[in-house]
Amino acid sequence: MSWWTPTVEAAFIAMLQALVILLGAVLLGAVMTVVERRLLGLWQDRYGPNRVGPFGSLQLVADMLKIFFKEDWIPPFADRTLFVLAPAIAMASLLLSFMIIPITPGWGVADLHIGLLFFLAMAGINVYAVLFGGWSSGNKYALIGAMRASAQTLSYEVFMGLALMGVVAMAGSFNMREIVDAQEGIWFVIPQFFGFCTFLLAGVAVTHRAPFDQPEAEQELADGYHVEYSSMKFGMFFIGEYVGMVLVSALIVTLFFGGWHGPLLPPIVWFALKTGFFLVLFVLLRAALPRPRYDRVMSFGWKVCLPLTLVNLLVTGAVILLVSPQ
Amino acid sequence: MEFAFYLSGLVAVLATLGVIISPNPVHALLYLIVSLIAVAMVFFSLGAPFAGALEIIVYAGAIMVLFVFVVMMLNLGEAAVEQEKAWLSPGTWRGPAVLAAVLLVTLVVTLWQGDIGMVIAGETLTAKAVGVTLFGPWLLIVELGAMLLLAALVTASHVGRLAAPRQASGRDSSGKEGA
Repeated sequence: MSWWTPTVEAAFIAMLQALVILLGAVLLGAVMTVVERRLLGLWQDRYGPNRVGPFGSLQLVADMLKIFFKEDWIPPFADRTLFVLAPAIAMASLLLSFMIIPITPGWGVADLHIGLLFFLAMAGINVYAVLFGGWSSGNKYALIGAMRASAQTLSYEVFMGLALMGVVAMAGSFNMREIVDAQEGIWFVIPQFFGFCTFLLAGVAVTHRAPFDQPEAEQELADGYHVEYSSMKFGMFFIGEYVGMVLVSALIVTLFFGGWHGPLLPPIVWFALKTGFFLVLFVLLRAALPRPRYDRVMSFGWKVCLPLTLVNLLVTGAVILLVSPQ
Repeated sequence: MEFAFYLSGLVAVLATLGVIISPNPVHALLYLIVSLIAVAMVFFSLGAPFAGALEIIVYAGAIMVLFVFVVMMLNLGEAAVEQEKAWLSPGTWRGPAVLAAVLLVTLVVTLWQGDIGMVIAGETLTAKAVGVTLFGPWLLIVELGAMLLLAALVTASHVGRLAAPRQASGRDSSGKEGA
């Protein structure tokens, strides 16, 4: 066993961790599809899926079987290369972003010192999934959905980055672990409350979840950009949306709610509890709010959220300079 | 890191070639995105992760999205592909190819005489270092750039403004006129 040096062991453990986090993220996304339907049923005073297994717990297995065995159809009028590429981009860019999230002091994939920028870069790449998916389908509803989605994502990404800069300024680093460590005394949600609000809104809009799901509005667009997709290609878009939800929840916890910090319970439990809370909040938003008109979504982003984040950033910078002038 | 540098450099060159010779405009843009990501990888391998991340966020994530957006709105079909193919006939690219080859030879000769190893190995530049440099010695340039962008923004909002509606009252009349 001469090759089993501490370096090899560390590399092996790191790879295993990365694999567990990857599978955990995908599985959590898949489980959320069913949890969401049950919760929606609860809040809307109906049953939801409760037939497969005890309390509908095996609904996920049934859905998976169905989606795997459906015919994987590529429309003859579609642009094949981009049609196949789009769902892969959707899934890959979101899963790659999990790389930067520190789950506990010992768990996490990469400790990049540009951490947060990596997430913003991946969110930028994620737009192409919708854009290419919608265009390559050769369907006007898909194209309109893709147009709406990309315009919306682009508008909300502008202040999503700006909303986070307050946190970066307070922590003095883009590194996620340093941001978590900076919150040991006080969670950033209190000094950065407006940053938190705008980031939450931007997170919902960028994952195009209700009430910002105009790109997929079924009444107007018959499901938007993924209307021509079937089987597992549709599944990638569908699960990708939930993976995005998990990602945004985990990011909110890491950036604004102190990550793994918390009294009594072990770090992993605190992280899971906080992330679970925001996942449920995502579902509650969908259950409670109607869908606003598309132009109002856009003008709300540009005329309310963008100025708010800019003012927030200015005030944060001024306060930091007042408290600790160098 | 040297291996990553050459590999992503090769991808960048091939993808840029793809941009030029691809007859389908959307495919050409896809190649351009790949090329930009490869250039970002070059930045990473040179030890400038901040510049690499910004390259992806700004160019691949924002500017190229607008390009793709516009090309998709134009709804270019088979006719555009045929036209592109016609433009790529040998007669068209022979002249530029010779000129580009001359430039390439000059570039290779210049690189050959310098010390290439020095260029690739470098220290990692952090975001803080970039910020301190930008807002220290280069403050004037940054401010001028900001003013230029503001001027562009004002111009764009002036050009893109909607004409004032003729009737202020009547909420649904404007919707019907638009359709």
